[in-house]
Amino acid sequence: MRKLLNILPFIFVSFFVHAKTIKVGKLHEYTSIQQAITGAQAGDTVLVETGVYKEKNIVISKPIYFIGLNFPVLDGESKYEVVSIKCNGVVIDGFKVIHSGVSSIEDFAGIKIYNCRDVVVKNNILDDTFFGIYAQQATNCTIEKNTLKAYAEQEQQSGNGIHCWKSDSMKIIANTVSGHRDGIYFEFVTNSIIWRNTSFNNMRYGLHFMFSNNDSYITNIFKNNGAGVAVMFSNHVKMIHNYFEENWGDAAYGLLLKEISDSYISNNRFTKNTTGIHMEGTSRIVMENNVFENNGWGLKIQASCMEINLINSNFIGNTFDVGTNGSLVLNTFNNNYWDKYDGYDLNKDKIGDVPYRPVSMYSMIIEQTPPAMILFRSFMATLLDKTEKIIPTLTPENLKDDNPLMKPLSL
Amino acid sequence: MKKIIKYVIIDILRNKIMLAYTLFLLLISLSVFNLEDNSAKGLLSLLNIILIIVPLVSILFSAIYIYNSAEFLELLVSQPLKRKTIWLSVFVGLAGSLALAFFVGAGIPILLYEATATGIMMLGIGLILSVIFVAIAMLAAVKTRDKAKGIGVTILLWLYFSLLFDGLVLFLLFQFADYPMEKAMVGISTLNPIDLSRILILLKMDVSALMGYTGAIFKNFFGTQIGVALSFIILLLWIVIPTWLSLRKFNRKDL
Repeated sequence: MRKLLNILPFIFVSFFVHAKTIKVGKLHEYTSIQQAITGAQAGDTVLVETGVYKEKNIVISKPIYFIGLNFPVLDGESKYEVVSIKCNGVVIDGFKVIHSGVSSIEDFAGIKIYNCRDVVVKNNILDDTFFGIYAQQATNCTIEKNTLKAYAEQEQQSGNGIHCWKSDSMKIIANTVSGHRDGIYFEFVTNSIIWRNTSFNNMRYGLHFMFSNNDSYITNIFKNNGAGVAVMFSNHVKMIHNYFEENWGDAAYGLLLKEISDSYISNNRFTKNTTGIHMEGTSRIVMENNVFENNGWGLKIQASCMEINLINSNFIGNTFDVGTNGSLVLNTFNNNYWDKYDGYDLNKDKIGDVPYRPVSMYSMIIEQTPPAMILFRSFMATLLDKTEKIIPTLTPENLKDDNPLMKPLSL
Repeated sequence: MKKIIKYVIIDILRNKIMLAYTLFLLLISLSVFNLEDNSAKGLLSLLNIILIIVPLVSILFSAIYIYNSAEFLELLVSQPLKRKTIWLSVFVGLAGSLALAFFVGAGIPILLYEATATGIMMLGIGLILSVIFVAIAMLAAVKTRDKAKGIGVTILLWLYFSLLFDGLVLFLLFQFADYPMEKAMVGISTLNPIDLSRILILLKMDVSALMGYTGAIFKNFFGTQIGVALSFIILLLWIVIPTWLSLRKFNRKDL
């Protein structure tokens, strides 16, 4: 027994010794990262000191902790993919990755994860990369607190910030992405979460979602992107507490929903977009507690949408609250606050006694003849709107909120 | 010239209608800003007043004033004064007092409640519109000798600028819906000072909606420094050209 107790510390020590730390830097045994990785065992830590490392493509094919001190620079010299991760359980932390190669045949990235799981990419700075962080067929990886910046000028010659393809259970947390084609791109990604990211000034979409089911994105900020945020061909998506701001242009939307079903949109804020939400072929969606402020159109809901439930939302200061392109309405609007509502509340239950029709005549006219926008707010246009309110002819009969609120909700 | 301007202004300011107009504007703008919970919405209500009431009052009041002071004008003409001086003095007097009434009635509430870029733009445009419609009224008054006919013409002109013109434009838009009308629309809008004013305010007020494809064209034209400067020059032309035409007519008119 005593013998065993004597040996025990040695067993522990040998455990720690086994996972050793390999330092890379000018004054250390290794000056090259790739050599240090070759010399490392599974579970070792490769600690890289400050400096500029031009090592073409760094391939990590062992489960190691790859850690940078004070952001050592990994330079791809505009020719190579900088870091390739080809093993489960790699952690990469604290690097500055710059100048990845640009190619129209291969998807060069700053950091690319190939077919593996449990990889953690965190606290890195990526500057001037083609694709930023790219995950293909990855499972349960974490991409956290990275800052990605690119200088895209043309859509064809730029890549996405965080790009996930055919992946599952990804966690994209607290990253900042700007200047890429799409800030965050999801294609065939399931059961994943996008949380607390900021995506702004990207060429195309702040967030681009395709064929990705059962995902959530929560508390993100999407601002001033070329075309806002697009969520397409997906189901069971949850969008909660996001900010969609200042996406300006004819084809720019705070949020574009195309062929989406069974989703939940709540507590989001749409501010100063040309169109807050644009919906097309969308079905079975609950939208509640959202705020639409100062948009051109709060909501554009095409006649191809059905079973959309819009409740308890605030519409404040939008030029047009709701726009549509047909007379078929299979959606319900209820208990929203509309600042343009001019009805009355005789029984003082804080709910207006006459229904509110959020589609104005003039918004229908503009839908058909866009240049008519030049006459907006003229005496003529106001007159048309007023007559339409009395006798609806052009606007859809059933698109109305039967219980409009008299006071805005505090959201 | 100064003496005549002074006389005209004092004469107008003593007029009860002018006082009523100022009070009316003041009352409406104050109530509009106090009733609405956000002052941006108040500004929107005020926009309609500026685009409809201000031109109407300016054009009618000026026309009636010119007709009523026909004898006074005859008297002045018999004095050793140039006709140009007389006519321009009457114009400056009318324009000055109507602009003053607008500034007191609507300008001060705007500056108090909504001194934003939109508010300032609205104030400037209200002042310019007052002057433009004085110029148009003087042209109409000098062209028609009969008072009843002249007032009828001014009412028709007001109706045309604030309603018929827009109806015509809307008709054109529907007729030529298949053609790219955006650029033509920019040109057409300069033919009506009320439309031009409205678009300038719209660009400050509904900028998000205007960023749509068609809107982007308007925005690219009117929204730039040059566009705004150009629009103001066109508005000034709307003052200068009618005034010049009426002056020419007045110079040769057999009173």
